[in-house]
Amino acid sequence: MHLGGSIVTTHILIHGEKDTVGVAVVENIEPGMELTGWVMDSDDTITVEARDPIPLGHKVALQDIAEGDTVVKYGHDIGRAVQAIAKGHHVHVHNTKTKRW
Amino acid sequence: MPGKEIPQTIWGYRRENGRVGIRNHVIILPLDDLSNAACEAVANNIKGTLALPHHYGRLQFGEDLQLHFRTLIGTGCNPNVAAVVVIGIEPGWTGRVVEGIAQSGKPVQGFSIERHGDINTIAAASRTAHQFLQHASELRREECSIADLWVSMKCGESDTTSGLGANPTVGNLLDKLDPLGVTTCFGETSELTGAEMVCRERAISPEIGEKFMRTWTAYNDFINECKTDDLSESQPTKGNIEGGLTTIEEKAFGNLEKIGRTTKFIDVLEPAEAPSRGAGLYFMDTSSAAAECVTLQAAAGFAVHLFPTGQGNVIGNPIEPVIKLTANPRTAREMSEHVDLDVSGILRREMTYDDAGDALIDITVRTCNGRLTCAEVLGHREFVMTKLYRSA
Repeated sequence: MHLGGSIVTTHILIHGEKDTVGVAVVENIEPGMELTGWVMDSDDTITVEARDPIPLGHKVALQDIAEGDTVVKYGHDIGRAVQAIAKGHHVHVHNTKTKRW
Repeated sequence: MPGKEIPQTIWGYRRENGRVGIRNHVIILPLDDLSNAACEAVANNIKGTLALPHHYGRLQFGEDLQLHFRTLIGTGCNPNVAAVVVIGIEPGWTGRVVEGIAQSGKPVQGFSIERHGDINTIAAASRTAHQFLQHASELRREECSIADLWVSMKCGESDTTSGLGANPTVGNLLDKLDPLGVTTCFGETSELTGAEMVCRERAISPEIGEKFMRTWTAYNDFINECKTDDLSESQPTKGNIEGGLTTIEEKAFGNLEKIGRTTKFIDVLEPAEAPSRGAGLYFMDTSSAAAECVTLQAAAGFAVHLFPTGQGNVIGNPIEPVIKLTANPRTAREMSEHVDLDVSGILRREMTYDDAGDALIDITVRTCNGRLTCAEVLGHREFVMTKLYRSA
């Protein structure tokens, strides 16, 4: 059974509408793939083209994020970009750091 | 969408003090590191008893010593324990633990090694353990209200699927069980960093919210004093990072999904402190290391533990069954012997949070009624005392 009226594969999940990143929920996402994303809070569907391989559970930028920008997930501040991250690229420890500790 | 009907009863062991346990252990509890060998020998002699070796209990002082006693006494008082043999190197502190456990009304007896030696101590303690085990073997489960159940929660080796799937599943269960008068507990003080202000808003009153903030701030100050870097690879762990978690803030918001959408916490507990304000959700000040946290929650009297994992933490506890769930399809596939409930269907949109929460209630009730968890079957008995600082 598929819920939410979706019959295509959902590649990424997004917690909130304001989030600037989505999470890969399938394995083997490669550059150039058109990713379908489900925004859980609003039940909207979005698409983004992957520019990097995105491992299962890892994050992809849903928009261009400038160096120093806050990265938003769950509608909240989860850290800052330490280099510019273009839409579709992998968001992780190589380009995002905690604002704590 | 309405969930399935929730069972109103579980089959448990009602103890002398009225608490309800879901297991019937006779434990052989060392006061200190020196007494581990004797405890293990007794457990080897008397089949079906359980030794709980640990590393501490000598020259501790102050708050750290109080926590040591509270943890040992609380472990003995846990309703999953039918009777306790305590062995220590000397009679004074051994007696303190015995007296504390005796307050629960259950059978308990202490033995000390000095002036007797290991062999005589083991012989005497084995005879008592023999009696206690036969006593326990005649106790029977009875039908008890689900409101008699105490449930603790802590996640481990989390990844982004924890915040998307497994943790909200626990939260869904919590929002359904809280109105039924179940007593519940979450902890992991350091792992709320980044989401602490959101957590504060989940307190029942501004006073309890402030109490939480004082606890969180003290832990955060301690980390800032002791840190040598930004804690990357400690918090988040290497496993967390492998699973896609990038910062402590991201991990904290995922962690907080465990307390559901509506339930408020009604008090803040010291480590291993038993709840005293009646049914409801409690926050306990704990480390975020899995075995330390679950050991403290078990010592506070919690009978069953819910453990969402992403990358596949394999933890168990000797006296409190640990139910593991994951939303990570790779973990469910590659580590299935550790997974009591697979909720990876949430990620494929085949399962709603309500479906997953109902499935978790079902496996929890079955576990309470006697089903062994994966961790029990695999013999995971991590018993890890929290030590606050160096001994004197």
